[in-house]
Amino acid sequence: MTDRTSPAPVVSAVSRQPVLDLQNLRISYFTRSGEINVVPDLDLKLYPGEAIGLVGESGCGKSTIGYAIMRYLGNAGRIMNGKVIFEGRDLYALDDEELRRLRGNRMAMVYQDPMSSLNPTMTIGEQLMEVPIYHDGARRAEAHDRALAMLEEVNLPDPAAIMERYPHQLSGGQQQRVVIAMALMAEPALLIMDEPTTGLDVTVEAAVLDLIATLRRKHKTSIVFISHNLGTVVRICDRIGVLYAGELVEEGPIKEVFNDPRHPYTRGLLSCLPSLDADKHSAPLVPIRGTVTVPRNRPPGCIFAPRCEFRQTGPCTSDTIRMGFAPQSERHRVRCIRQQELPAVLAPVAGTETDGQQGTVAEPLLEIDNLRKYYEQAGGMGFIGSETTEVKAIDGISLRARRGETLAIVGESGCGKSTLAKVLTGLETATGGKVTLDEIDLTDMGVDKRPDDVIRRLQMVFQNPDSTLNPSHTVGYTLERPLRQFANLDGEKLKAKVLSLLKAVNLPAEFARRKPRQLSGGQKQRVAIARALAGSPEVIIADEPVSALDVSVQAAIINLLADLQTERQTTLLFISHDLSVVRYLADRVAVMYLGKIMEYGRVEDVFAPPYHPYTEALLSAVPVADPNVKSKRIVLEGKPPSVLERPAGCPFATRCHRKIGDICDEQPPPEQRFGPGHRIACHLPRAELAGMDPVINTGAAAE
Amino acid sequence: MSTSDQTARPLLPAPAMRLLRMIGLLRESPVAMIGVGIILFWIVVALLAPLLAPFDPNATLQPFAKPGTAFAAGDGTFWLGSDHLGRDILSRIIWGSRTVLFYGFVATACAYGLGIVMGLAAGFYRGWIDEVLSRIGDIILSFPILVLYVVIIATIGASGINIVLAVTFASAPGIMRIVRGLVLEIRERDYVAAAKMRGESAWYIMFVEILPNARGPLIVDACLRMGYVTITIGVLGFLGLGLPPPDPDWGGMINEARSMALAFPHMTVLPCIAISSLVLGLNLLADGLREVSLRD
Amino acid sequence: MLKFIIRRLAITALTMLAVSLLVFLLLELNPGSVAVKVLGPYSSEEQRQLWMAANGYLDPLWQRYLTWLVNVATGDFGESIRFKVPVGEVLWPRLWNTAILAFWTFAVLIPMSLLLGVLAGMREGSALDRGISIASIITTSIPEFASAVFLAAIFVFGLGVLPGTSAMSGGFDPAQLVLPVMVLVLYDIGYVTRMTRASMAEVMTAPYIRTAFLKGLPFHRVILRHGLRNALIPPFTVIMLQVNWLLSGVVVVEFFFAYKGFGALLLEASLNQDIYLIQGCAMVAVLVAVTTQTLADIGYTYLNPRIRLQ
Repeated sequence: MTDRTSPAPVVSAVSRQPVLDLQNLRISYFTRSGEINVVPDLDLKLYPGEAIGLVGESGCGKSTIGYAIMRYLGNAGRIMNGKVIFEGRDLYALDDEELRRLRGNRMAMVYQDPMSSLNPTMTIGEQLMEVPIYHDGARRAEAHDRALAMLEEVNLPDPAAIMERYPHQLSGGQQQRVVIAMALMAEPALLIMDEPTTGLDVTVEAAVLDLIATLRRKHKTSIVFISHNLGTVVRICDRIGVLYAGELVEEGPIKEVFNDPRHPYTRGLLSCLPSLDADKHSAPLVPIRGTVTVPRNRPPGCIFAPRCEFRQTGPCTSDTIRMGFAPQSERHRVRCIRQQELPAVLAPVAGTETDGQQGTVAEPLLEIDNLRKYYEQAGGMGFIGSETTEVKAIDGISLRARRGETLAIVGESGCGKSTLAKVLTGLETATGGKVTLDEIDLTDMGVDKRPDDVIRRLQMVFQNPDSTLNPSHTVGYTLERPLRQFANLDGEKLKAKVLSLLKAVNLPAEFARRKPRQLSGGQKQRVAIARALAGSPEVIIADEPVSALDVSVQAAIINLLADLQTERQTTLLFISHDLSVVRYLADRVAVMYLGKIMEYGRVEDVFAPPYHPYTEALLSAVPVADPNVKSKRIVLEGKPPSVLERPAGCPFATRCHRKIGDICDEQPPPEQRFGPGHRIACHLPRAELAGMDPVINTGAAAE
Repeated sequence: MSTSDQTARPLLPAPAMRLLRMIGLLRESPVAMIGVGIILFWIVVALLAPLLAPFDPNATLQPFAKPGTAFAAGDGTFWLGSDHLGRDILSRIIWGSRTVLFYGFVATACAYGLGIVMGLAAGFYRGWIDEVLSRIGDIILSFPILVLYVVIIATIGASGINIVLAVTFASAPGIMRIVRGLVLEIRERDYVAAAKMRGESAWYIMFVEILPNARGPLIVDACLRMGYVTITIGVLGFLGLGLPPPDPDWGGMINEARSMALAFPHMTVLPCIAISSLVLGLNLLADGLREVSLRD
Repeated sequence: MLKFIIRRLAITALTMLAVSLLVFLLLELNPGSVAVKVLGPYSSEEQRQLWMAANGYLDPLWQRYLTWLVNVATGDFGESIRFKVPVGEVLWPRLWNTAILAFWTFAVLIPMSLLLGVLAGMREGSALDRGISIASIITTSIPEFASAVFLAAIFVFGLGVLPGTSAMSGGFDPAQLVLPVMVLVLYDIGYVTRMTRASMAEVMTAPYIRTAFLKGLPFHRVILRHGLRNALIPPFTVIMLQVNWLLSGVVVVEFFFAYKGFGALLLEASLNQDIYLIQGCAMVAVLVAVTTQTLADIGYTYLNPRIRLQ
């Protein structure tokens, strides 16, 4: 549909008064252990109609900056130096009443977690109407009409009904639309958006991002868009600021920064990101070495120096580094004294088509045949008169994972991918179908019935690094326990094996004595991988193992998984919602939706036409961190139906943009085969499937 | 790098280190330190009772002595006066601290033992075990607590062991609820799934993987509950349902002196101060612990 | 919602049934000891056997329980051994007296604790917050009998402004209610205040309060409309549960001040082994407690749209 590159500035930015002007801003938090300087010295101007994306990894101070602009830092935070000038007025010189009149009126905010940002005991309508009532002195009737109109503008279905609802009755995407509507009620000049789409499913995220882009054009609002996801920034903003440990290290027009990143950190970030058109064989990810500098131990000189490949002891590590301009640009600023000396950005290595890995097809190790998992859900809260309904979490899926292969399961939340992991590991037992591991039937074997040897052969890595390790146990104990269990080791041999496991996941030996709270997220995930490896398993199920990690850490963990797998010829079942990671890591992919497999095949087949319409929509929804990539825009209506009201025919029929008619609603789609092992469950005629255009159009023909 | 015997071993076993660290953290909370001070004071008093008490607590010496009166028939002074039977109040308070601390601690510990086992079983196994245990708990908790004590003591009689039994019976369901809630939360953590996936026994998962991670809130609750058990023992003594006379017991002292409170307020006020201060110490400690654990 | 209420009432009924079984078993499992309690320790074995036969105590346990249950359900608890009249005749007037005491206790307790709790929780960590918190800990640490002793020492013996007993022997006298109410309020206020404070403090850090401030709402609007409405949901349940608490507290307070209420009656029955009276008191106390608990649950559900509109 529309050509979607980064939008041009809506209003010419030159020679006008900035909406927002941050001057030498220094922000600190005060804790019982003293001052922690989160943002040392920030300069930033935002002109009317402009949108700037602030990106960085967790702890880089991006949210702090957002709240500092709203003058809402809480009791612990304080501005130590500098000014926040908003529409020509120093925000920190205003009295409470003047500040109140600006907030929600001239400047407004959209938050990360819409559910908790809305008052649970007030109707949506009441919460929206407060804005005109308190800022414009509107009467209730007028406020009601304005709220209704605003809800319509953010594309909520049946706004009149939504007005009467409470937040918990809306889906996550709808809640965020309400928050956006609330922010725009008074036509603010400045909108701060703090990770507005984090936590939403990718198709919902795409729709919300589209809405923000549209509203932005219409209302000419200036936006500060805070995100950890470079792709979302590309979709919304015309400028980008890269933050590292509270400092702006690079800032400028999106295209200039992406096409010619001048700061080593920006370059590092970009090379950490898996893309939709490269895999582990053609373009390996390059993680940034080391860990993010904590604000407490800010080194003298360049803050990134400890992790920088191009560091020169002396110039980089003594004096404070100031912002300078990139060559041939007066809008692209970089905080690096060696920026002129850096090598030119390497073009991504062209994909070598040789597929040494897949020369021979190994025999299937894990076979899943028509697997079903239904839950009985109690209708009420007690034992009297409660009727149960059947929830079909997994509804007949068949898959094969071969020895030494990575099979990825992709899908949005609620598609049944985590239930699949539970059934395979025996935490739940299947309702029907069959699972075999190397011809051992696991179907009815809950984990308590499995012999030790079967347990050993199939292990798991979990999603959340904070809950994967027992906080009461040391790393050493965590690794010893499975070794005793599976390898019957003790004494010196046990200790030696623990150390070799730590080494295998690139952790130093002294970590054996540490407790989980002394580890970073990435380190915890490494320990969890080591724990899974302890029994030398043949299959590792990894359920979203990197989704809670920052990109630079994520890249390292992905590489670790890939290396270990090749080294040990382990079968990896990789469950993820992130298509870029899947594209990078997987050999084979299954796309799941509402407990069924929509498309299955080799990764290069699934990510290229013919697509299942759902795969097509998923791919188009991925925010691509490259302004030169054009992807087709497919907006899915609504949210996935709950597993309780599963359609009789194709599960995707209710949202499908290529729906052909009643047949989709009424009959289960046939499985159409294309090429070796590539199958698509869809009613569309073969010719139409085969004739699809690629969703992603890579950079070659930029502009 | 070579041998593993270089691995530095901490000087003390892990629980002792943990306790030391906790006290170290507590130092930052003055409120908690006052609590610790009061509790330590009473523990020392109880331990050293034979040395500290000027008289035999049950000896009838000189009735109705005002505080500070010298003992007419022998050495010594009734620093806090004497009661209607002529027993020294200071000595009775000192010896009474033994009774209160002993039964308070034993009853709380028993209730905790039972409550933890019930809570672990209910939260870990869910299903009918949970349903049965929770319903039983609900029924016991639906009694106003003192009504329950009165009914139980009326049935089984008043004695030290019966007080421990009654407290255990009445408090275990409350502890079970707390433990169960914590277990329901902790059992969803991935490390518990990892343990199950390793084929660990239910016993191992409950006591090694789950219980240690519930200790924070449980320690806070244990302090509060011990304070409450102290009050209960006092109340039962005060109502005449406590330990049988003549052994000194703070609640019992107040009960016996109640009718003479008008003329001799010291007989009732002093034991009241003793019991209130002990409970206050426990409550302050609990508050400090909670604050410290929230900060971590 | 209606379904929920019906289900909740059914649970209440079942709980009462279980409670009745427990009370019955505790007190009447052994018919011989019942006979001893009724006829006194000096009765002869023959008298006891005759009495047991006449009163159905030789029937099987379950039959005795059913008969007893039917009687209790119709309000017939038997005859008090001590007062020699039907239990109901002593119980109901005493319960009414306790209700008067409870009413005034709540009338003082609720507004004071809510006000203090909200003030403390509104600005967590402020001097006011810390002061209120410490005062709450101190008052909850003083058992009722101790505060009764202290308050009596001050107001009765020291200042001589209030009567030291509340027997109401010369007819109803409001002055005699002051000390019992004070003792009950003092012990309980710390707890309710702390619960309210915790709830308010939690709400004040909730993201939707931040939303309300950043929407540009005036402070009073944020506190009253967004803060209080949410912060008062948990204390509502806590306050309803204080009825259960109070039924314990009145035993001590009524005993101390010789107030002719339900608590003193229960204690008297217990000290005199008056088992039918104990049964009656226990059943009524649990009924009151369970009923308020049910009301609390229903009210909580009603106040909380997240549960109400599932």
